[in-house]
Amino acid sequence: MKETSLARMSNLLHALGDYGMVVMLLLLGLFFSLVTLTEQQPTPEVGARELAQRIKANHNTDSVVWIVIRELATDRAFAESLQQELNESGHEQIVQVTGLPRDARQELEAWQQRGDHIDIIAGNEITSNWLVFSNLEETFPGIGSPQIYRPTSYRWPNFLKQDNLLNITNQIAVIAIIAIGMTVVIISGGIDLSVGSLIAFSAVLTCLLIRDWAGSLQAGVSAMVLCSLIAILVSAAIGGITGGLITFFRLPPFIVTLGMMLMASGGAYLLSGGESVYQIPDGFVWLGRGASLLGIPNAVLMMAILYLFAHLAMKRTRWGRYLYAVGGNHEAARLSGVPIGRVRLSAYILSAALAGLGGIIMASQLKSGAPTYGQMYELYVIAAVVVGGTSLSGGEGKILGTLIGAFIIAVIQNGMNLMNIESYTQKVILGLVILLAVLLDRIKQHGFRAH
Amino acid sequence: MPASQRPKGCDLSEMISPLLEMRGIGKSFAGIQALKGVDLVLQEGEVLALMGENGAGKSTLMKILGGAHLPDEGELKLRGNRILVDSPQKARSLGIAMIYQEFNLIPALSAAENVFLGQEIVQHGLIQHEAQESRTADLLKELGMPFDPSTPCQRLSIAQQQSVEIARALSQEAQILVMDEPSAVLTPPEVKRLFAIIDQCRKRGLGLIYIGHRLDEIFEIADRVMVLRDGQPAGSFPIDQCKRHELIHCMVGRPMDQEYPKRKGHPGPVRLKVSELRRGKAVQGVCFEARGGEILGLAGLVGAGRTELARLIFGADRSEAGTIQLDGRTLSLRSPAEAIAAGIGFLSEDRKLQGLITQHSICSNFGLPNLDQFTRAGLLNLGQEEASFNQYAETMQLKRHGPKQRASHLSGGNQQKLVIAKWLARRCEVLIFDEPTRGIDVGAKYEIYQLMHALADEGKVILMISSELPEMLGMADRILVMHQGRLTGEITHPASSNQQAIMEMAVA
Repeated sequence: MKETSLARMSNLLHALGDYGMVVMLLLLGLFFSLVTLTEQQPTPEVGARELAQRIKANHNTDSVVWIVIRELATDRAFAESLQQELNESGHEQIVQVTGLPRDARQELEAWQQRGDHIDIIAGNEITSNWLVFSNLEETFPGIGSPQIYRPTSYRWPNFLKQDNLLNITNQIAVIAIIAIGMTVVIISGGIDLSVGSLIAFSAVLTCLLIRDWAGSLQAGVSAMVLCSLIAILVSAAIGGITGGLITFFRLPPFIVTLGMMLMASGGAYLLSGGESVYQIPDGFVWLGRGASLLGIPNAVLMMAILYLFAHLAMKRTRWGRYLYAVGGNHEAARLSGVPIGRVRLSAYILSAALAGLGGIIMASQLKSGAPTYGQMYELYVIAAVVVGGTSLSGGEGKILGTLIGAFIIAVIQNGMNLMNIESYTQKVILGLVILLAVLLDRIKQHGFRAH
Repeated sequence: MPASQRPKGCDLSEMISPLLEMRGIGKSFAGIQALKGVDLVLQEGEVLALMGENGAGKSTLMKILGGAHLPDEGELKLRGNRILVDSPQKARSLGIAMIYQEFNLIPALSAAENVFLGQEIVQHGLIQHEAQESRTADLLKELGMPFDPSTPCQRLSIAQQQSVEIARALSQEAQILVMDEPSAVLTPPEVKRLFAIIDQCRKRGLGLIYIGHRLDEIFEIADRVMVLRDGQPAGSFPIDQCKRHELIHCMVGRPMDQEYPKRKGHPGPVRLKVSELRRGKAVQGVCFEARGGEILGLAGLVGAGRTELARLIFGADRSEAGTIQLDGRTLSLRSPAEAIAAGIGFLSEDRKLQGLITQHSICSNFGLPNLDQFTRAGLLNLGQEEASFNQYAETMQLKRHGPKQRASHLSGGNQQKLVIAKWLARRCEVLIFDEPTRGIDVGAKYEIYQLMHALADEGKVILMISSELPEMLGMADRILVMHQGRLTGEITHPASSNQQAIMEMAVA
């Protein structure tokens, strides 16, 4: 009985198969949405427009309107929009009261002495709630009985706010891009521990080239692009050495890439003298902080394009098929005519080149290059790949699974930040999630039996 | 055994019961009967040679004795007492020691540490290296192989490693010692010394089971011979009442009851020319020619170098010398990819490890060597691949659920058909079949034979390696026999030849 129900459960997991991780991501999203559900204020413009609509509907154009704001840019934007909306609909008696509650009180006293009346007091969620306005009919009987207006708030999860979602994708871009290369390497039956250090190496190299060769703060766009390309090529060459040692000398990938990891990290410190390099032009941040298309950050766009290409390459090219074959059974692949040496070599070159690109994006995000970048990133990248359903024993896995895996990790981190969970606890939970993902994968593949 | 050594109070039946009795042993794997009604009796101080063709069931029988498999039927008795050997540990504790061709030694540990592995001499929690080493030295001296027992095993010669294995068995007070082709890895002088060791063991009262193919050696060392054929006992004789040709006849003496399809076509001109091909000891200067439309058989015992030769022709291993010509063009093959490009296909004997990527789908296994045919502008046309797969799967009558089915879920026969299908789509001119029907049921065998005929009739060159002699005689147009890396004979008219003739050349 127990056996069959276990078997049924593992069948279910198997049926979930490719979609299991998507389901997990959605469930995580749902969870964090529920726990971060909070009262949200509209943006100043949107709030002002909605408020103006209500005033127009309930009052004549000759009513006296106070707009109460603090001396803040967002408050001023609110007041401007509101005034403009009301002016357009014919309201003319509009007074902007700016400052602190004390200023509002003085103004009220002045109006009472003059015997003027007020019909409407409009403020944002802060000013409209000032104590001064709480009992006007008793404290200032001379100004009439003004109605208080404030923008309508709504409930919406902090997690699902557009800023937050863009933030997640932007933060995951570097890891996700590098994870493409890692997926390729792992599917081919290897592992690459050097990517984290290559981030630092490439970031430092790019920034040094820009500072010392391309004209520092005056560097032009084409010079910066050239510097970045050189860094990527150097990283790829390092990947070529790694792959060569693994393929042609049959050294274990773990050891070779461990060595490379130390060398690249040390190299980054040597190149930069242990300092961060920040003498680079503002234009350099275009890649990491800019957003040129529909508000989508450039790094995210680049990530999306790379994933599209990688997906196509893995599914629809000979190279992709060969990677799976080499990782699945390299002897059978060789006897089927697969050039296993070249295929494995290419995986390490790609992984290193993408790590180089990741370093440049990170340098661009932080507008500097430092040898401390990318520490532990190799582990996050491997975690993303494994959580995404790629088998560490090679031959199986999906590029898009890795993207999901990267998002799962980012969403968990982000969600825990929103919930104000301590960073130490976050580490523990992240570790647990990774173990759980691998365990589920194992059960999916082999059922519940130990052997 | 002298009577004085026997424990007191034994009854008579125990006193006369043999060291080991295996009675009515039967075992089947996935519906294939590997052993049926096998009886084996081993006396103290006896060397029993266990012989038979490859696949006759010798290793299965020994695995049952060694606790690696449980028999489906039958019983084991040790000195008349029923025993249940359900694990290798149990076998060892009962005094049954196995020495395989691949030694079970830990290379970095010394000879003494290996001998006492798992049963270390320990005092106050510390291993007593000196005691272990002196004890090992005694054992080795007894075996006539004195060398320093503190030497790491990786620095020992093969013969020395073998003696470490034997010393381990003796130190564990083994009563039964099973040796699987122990002489295969030794030089002639080393074999002499091994026989001296075996003699020592015999004198100590051990029962030895010696699996071997070399008739000369069997006649030299064994007291009795037992022959298995198709998983059943084919005879058991004392060595002095046994003649060489009788033994061979007994091993292969199955009547030619299997059906082979009738061959229509005839061999054409020479297409494949192999000359002076060499690689290490496995292939030592092999020359032959094969004609288009010819099924050329490569016969020989396991380890004769047949597969190694095939791998050289396929570029899977690099040859040290020699040339391969196909249709007058000399090929220099550095990888299987180049051999495939030249039109050579290879169906390896181990489908699971070398022929297929078993966790991948049958369609992608089919496609792997053929992807260039489905590629347009760098992109694969998956629909075309699947269409081609379906077409060939239909021709091969591959039983399948769909193209996405995992290759591991196919039966052995269907896996073989899948491998053939992928090479058919490649349109190879030379196809090497290494044990094409191993582990395949009779029905599927016939289909594969028909396919081989059809391919030959198209004018292709078919090289067939098979350890099943009837298959060899029934299928091949010509047979080359290999022994120890060399061609030792040729049978030009298999139809009028017999298995005995092949066997004579194969044991040379």
